[in-house]
Order: sequence, then structure tokens, then C-alpha cells
Amino acid sequence: MVPRLFRLVDRRQDTADTFTILLEPNDGVPLAFKPGQFTMLSAFGVGEVPISVSGDAHAAGPLQHTVRDVGAVTHALSRASVGDVLGVRGPYGTAWEVSDARPGGDVVFVAGGIGLAPLRPAVLEVLSHREDYGRVVVLYGSRSPDELLFTDELKAWESQGVEVLVTVDYGPATWTGRVGLVTTLVSRAGFDPMSTLALICGPEVMMRHTALALVARGVRSNHIRVSLERNMRCGVGLCGHCQYRELFVCVDGPVLPYAQVTGLLGLREV
Amino acid sequence: MRTIAQYLPDHPFFAGLDEPTLALLAGCATNVSLAAGDFLFREGDPAARFFVVRRGRVAIELHDPAVGTVVIDSADAGDVVGWSWLVPPYRSIFDARAAEATGVVAFDGLCLRGKCEDDAHLGYELMQRVTQVMSERLMAAQVRLLDLYGARGTTDAATR
Repeated sequence: MVPRLFRLVDRRQDTADTFTILLEPNDGVPLAFKPGQFTMLSAFGVGEVPISVSGDAHAAGPLQHTVRDVGAVTHALSRASVGDVLGVRGPYGTAWEVSDARPGGDVVFVAGGIGLAPLRPAVLEVLSHREDYGRVVVLYGSRSPDELLFTDELKAWESQGVEVLVTVDYGPATWTGRVGLVTTLVSRAGFDPMSTLALICGPEVMMRHTALALVARGVRSNHIRVSLERNMRCGVGLCGHCQYRELFVCVDGPVLPYAQVTGLLGLREV
Repeated sequence: MRTIAQYLPDHPFFAGLDEPTLALLAGCATNVSLAAGDFLFREGDPAARFFVVRRGRVAIELHDPAVGTVVIDSADAGDVVGWSWLVPPYRSIFDARAAEATGVVAFDGLCLRGKCEDDAHLGYELMQRVTQVMSERLMAAQVRLLDLYGARGTTDAATR
């Protein structure tokens, strides 16, 4: 429960309110994680927040988190400078386990907004073993063109044989891309529903509608995984802040089979 | 490129229609090619046609003097654009512009409305299909009203 000390070695502003920080451990021991897991990041003197790791799980180098500035702690993290020391606990929670699609299965990633950040490590895992998978599709919905994340990488992924379809909720007249709900992309993408593992990360309403669209396309509900988001405090299943009926999202999740939570998604007062 | 009569049976919007009906629809349709920036219709225009996109992309736009032109929806290959031709007062409520080089099948709404008046079954079939398009677009618009990706409701304790 005691945070390890990490030094901020680089920082990138991705959008107006979202930034990426790269951290090196003060003790020199890298933090091993699986795609989909999160850490508890602390800005000392301010507080601690759960943030999914957005970097490559299999590459050496700094630990990467992509963070949206929405409150006191994330704001403090946004103001951290190179050389500043932050606290890191974890990694915690369940992983995407995208390798379940091997050998040869199709993989469909569906991201909404900041939800692309927790999916990125799984996309990179697939790309590092591209020949072991069938068709790979990334469907990404964002609020507006200037809030799209990892835009350079989306192009790079396309050049590596990934079908990338992007849509936004609205755009300026100069935007020539798609406008509409991310769920509308499900019917446009090229994948075999019967051999598809689908990983969804975004706002809960978006995940619910996307899962329904995937099931309507023929993807089996036990081959769909979602990443849930609940208020987390301890990260280890002790405090109960993230309790979701019988689940503790910090230890039973955040990644859960859609079949396990179908009845919970959208349930009121849970 | 396939003719309109060859194209229609494979399109979901026309699925299940019998051959005479498809022939009748094809008789009211023409292929139209648009360059990027060309308008299919403008807000306030008489809604005389509807379109099926064969290739390219159509941007559905709304102009607000305060913020300029905003693209509020788009239609890609296979999508249907325009339902105002079937609903009084038969006026377009948005602009529709080709976002890139685009090919559409344009249906003469006036011609079809006349045929629907004469043939209630055809009218019902078309109304059902147009209602399906309207329903899907309305649902998508309503979900987007939630501003899903905005920061509203997001806290430090549940940030991703």
C-alpha cells in the first residue's frame, strides 16, 4: 500500500484537457503490468487517483499514463514538471487478456473518448504479434476532432494492417471524417463475428450500446469484454468504494466479461 | 458500375421489395456524381429528392451564425440521406454537402409521393423504411445529447 517513487521524465499535452506522463522508477526496477491494468498515481500532498497504464507492456522504457484533467489530483498531475517525483501503487485489477483471440481470431477494439488510452497497450500487444491474429479493427469515437487521442498512432496502426474507423459527435465544416455514434461503426467494420474477441472501453452508456451492436452483428457476448469505471480508493478490494453489487471493480475488474455484467450495466442505484 | 436496378436489391433499405416495386423505384432514380463541396440540398430547399450514398461521404450540416457551420452527422456508402420528401411541409431542415468525391442514387421524391398516393401498400413500405432510418438517427442523436465524452460526471476517483 506504500507508493513507490517515480520521477517524471517527459510530458506531452495530447488535447486541451488530456496529457501523457512518462515515469521512471527511482529504484530502477521497472513496473511490470498487463494491458488493461491500472495504478494508483499520487501527487504528494494532494491525493491519489486510479489511472490505467497507456504504454506498451512489453517494451522497456518509462511507465506511461494518459490522464484527463478533471479534478484536484489530476490537475496537480497535469502541473507536474520533468524531474518531479510522483507516487505509484500497483498495478491493480484485471487485464484485457487479448491473447485469448490467438491463434488467428479477429480482434475488435472499440474506444470512446479517453477510453482509447487503456486499450492502447492491448492494441500494441496485438501489433507485436500481428501474425497470430486475424483481422484487427479499432473503432474510435470522440467528442470532436480536436479531442482525438493518439492521432499519429492511428495512422501508423492502419499501415500495420489495422482497420481504423474514427467518428466524432460533431465537427467543423473543415472536418471530412465521419460524424455520428461509435456504435454505427460496428456494422461497417470488416470482421468475422463468430471468431471475434471485442474489447470496449468508454463511458458506460457507450459500452452498453456498443455491446448491443456487437451482439446484433453476431459476436458472442462471452467474447466481449468491457472496462468498468467506479470510484476507487484503496485499489485492493478493502475499502468498498468501487463496489458494484457483488463486484469490487478494483480487483474483480476493471476488465470484465460483458456476459458477467450485462444485467448490471444500466441498472439504477448500483 | 452496376445499374441502379442491379444495385437496389442488395441495399438493406430496399430489402424485401418485390421486383415490380424495385423497377418502379429505379424508374424514379438517377445516378449523380458530386465533387467535394457540392451540395445535395440546402436548409429550406423544397425536399424533392432523397439519396442513397454509393461511394464517398455526405456531411449533414447546420449553420449557426454564432459558431459557423457544424457537421452534425455524416452518411457513407450504403446510407440513406433525406426524409423530408415524405413529411410535410416537404422542406429540407439541414444542409447536405459532399465531404469528398461522392456518388449517390437520387430518387425523385415528387414522383414517388405520387406513386405512394396511388398505391397505399407502396406508401406503407416506404414509410416503414424511412421511419427506420429516422428512428436510428434519432436514437444516435439522443445518445449524443448526453455528451458522453465530455468531462461532466467524471471525477478524480474514476478517471480511467
